[in-house]
Amino acid sequence: MALQETPVILPGHDFETVTETIAEVPLSKRFPLGWIGILLISLGLAGMLQMALGYLLIKGIGIWGNNVPVGWAFDIINFVWWIGIGHAGTLISAILLLFRQQWRTSINRFAEAMTLFAVACAAMFPLLHTGRPWLAVYWLFPYPNTMGLWPQFRSPLIWDVFAVSTYGTVSALFWFTGLVPDMATLRDRAKSPFAQRIYGMLALGWRGSAKHWQRYETAYLLLAGISTPLVLSVHSVVSFDFAVSVLPGWHATIFPPYFVAGAIYSGFAMVMTLAIPLRKFYHLEGFITMRHIHNMTKVMLVTGMIVAYGYANEAFFAWYSANPYESFMMYNRMAGPYAVFYWSLIGINAVMIQLFWFRSVRDNIPLLFVLSLLVNVGMWLERFIIIVTSLHRDFLPSSWDMYAPTRWDFGMFAGTIGLFLALFFLFIRFLPAIAIFEMRTIVPEAKLKAEHHG
Amino acid sequence: MAEFENATALVQAATKARLAGYRQMDAYSPIPIEELNEALDLKRTRLPLLVLLGGIFGGLGGFGLEYWASTIAYPMNIGDRPLNSWPQFIPVTFETTVLGAALTCFIGMWALNRLPQPYHPVFNVDAFGRASTDRFFLVIETADPRFERHATWAFLEGLHPVGVSEVAP
Repeated sequence: MALQETPVILPGHDFETVTETIAEVPLSKRFPLGWIGILLISLGLAGMLQMALGYLLIKGIGIWGNNVPVGWAFDIINFVWWIGIGHAGTLISAILLLFRQQWRTSINRFAEAMTLFAVACAAMFPLLHTGRPWLAVYWLFPYPNTMGLWPQFRSPLIWDVFAVSTYGTVSALFWFTGLVPDMATLRDRAKSPFAQRIYGMLALGWRGSAKHWQRYETAYLLLAGISTPLVLSVHSVVSFDFAVSVLPGWHATIFPPYFVAGAIYSGFAMVMTLAIPLRKFYHLEGFITMRHIHNMTKVMLVTGMIVAYGYANEAFFAWYSANPYESFMMYNRMAGPYAVFYWSLIGINAVMIQLFWFRSVRDNIPLLFVLSLLVNVGMWLERFIIIVTSLHRDFLPSSWDMYAPTRWDFGMFAGTIGLFLALFFLFIRFLPAIAIFEMRTIVPEAKLKAEHHG
Repeated sequence: MAEFENATALVQAATKARLAGYRQMDAYSPIPIEELNEALDLKRTRLPLLVLLGGIFGGLGGFGLEYWASTIAYPMNIGDRPLNSWPQFIPVTFETTVLGAALTCFIGMWALNRLPQPYHPVFNVDAFGRASTDRFFLVIETADPRFERHATWAFLEGLHPVGVSEVAP
């Protein structure tokens, strides 16, 4: 039995209404009070980030809770968390494009923006973790220097530098390429000369010529094809940071696929967290329909189950390998001092997501909003468990120690959330949050009538 | 320049114009229309080849850099393991391949399109403001060998457009 599914765009829309509804947001002169309020709170948090960074650069990373067995803590947890969130954007814009999933059209633009901002937040952490980021240039990037030093290319940490910087660059190029025809639309519709000038510059003189469209479409498809293996490689390389070491709890071959699935899972949760208020406050229910919400929950269900399979696999390996260090690591996760976090993450990522099987849950927007926030919490806890419980009790009991974050750890983490939200809210106010020209291609009007073939 | 209300009319008009012998033409639309490539007899773009070359260049460059840095410029003997440990160089080689291809794709597309371009005559026509929303345009250029002011005007009128206008240079 085929269930009747909501269309990707509600009926009654044509070129003009699609353009008008989306372009109205960046072009209007009004600044809604709610928008200003959230922006101010986010900017306040971003200010806190600046303070935390300033103090960090003066005092050094001793202000964090990191200690000797737990050399990686909040910094790497937050790095992996943010970069994982970014993955949904590229998945939506590139992989779903190649699979001709039309529903991606109305969510790809802001998901890509989310990717860019998340990668920016992520990249900050490992750089600051070096302690002296102004020296990190020659540790991380291969450039000829007077000391004749070169980075160690056999290290996954260097692979990570290349993976993340390539990912950031390619995502930005992809995002900007998608924006250009919409910038032309805004240029042509803007009333104020200032807006005309700014959007005009960003539009690069785009005029919608058939010759240009032909190359544009080719380039867009090629970029999607290039980004697809890239996005899968990025989180695989991130997982190598762990998997290539010999630490129990990190040294596992399942890490790359398990990390990629976790990244997509958390990324879709963040897209959902952002999409639900966005469609409500900007009245975009006609474009981000229930179909999108349903599909996103289904993607989260599938990837969440892959992640849960990863947890089961880790426990199985610990038992089946009969390796005392592996078994102890698993026992320590389940019954050690951080067990409450372990069981919360199992509760969220393995048990709670089973709710997504039910259509009544998938239809309940406020509940989905709460669940998507919880998934983000769950995925953060997953990284906490992987990093902290593996490090704090390793091979030698004499080197064991407990880890507790300091207020600077929390301050910096909350600060990046503020920075992310501030950038996102500026983005939805000044740029089209939905790809206008791509939306035009899915309204019925865009279909050619048959007779011209004659 | 003739203005049309929908994509079907534009594609029909472009096909008729080509059959009438016009070659120096361009069409403008708010959405990409695949059928126009055929109607205007557009050549396939060289972009994919450029992107392939860019990717190969990026990959060779990345691997070359790793090889050179690890075996020639800064060799480190660790337990007599081979200096050219190529399997460990693959991740960076992959990333530079992707970077080379993506940068070529981005720069190449804009360069082949001759954009950014601050001025173009079509923007002198007032109605053209709707080309980025819901109107479709066909332009026959004066450079066309068959271009003849009155005949071409009459021909465009004969395609039943919403309006015909002259583009100031």
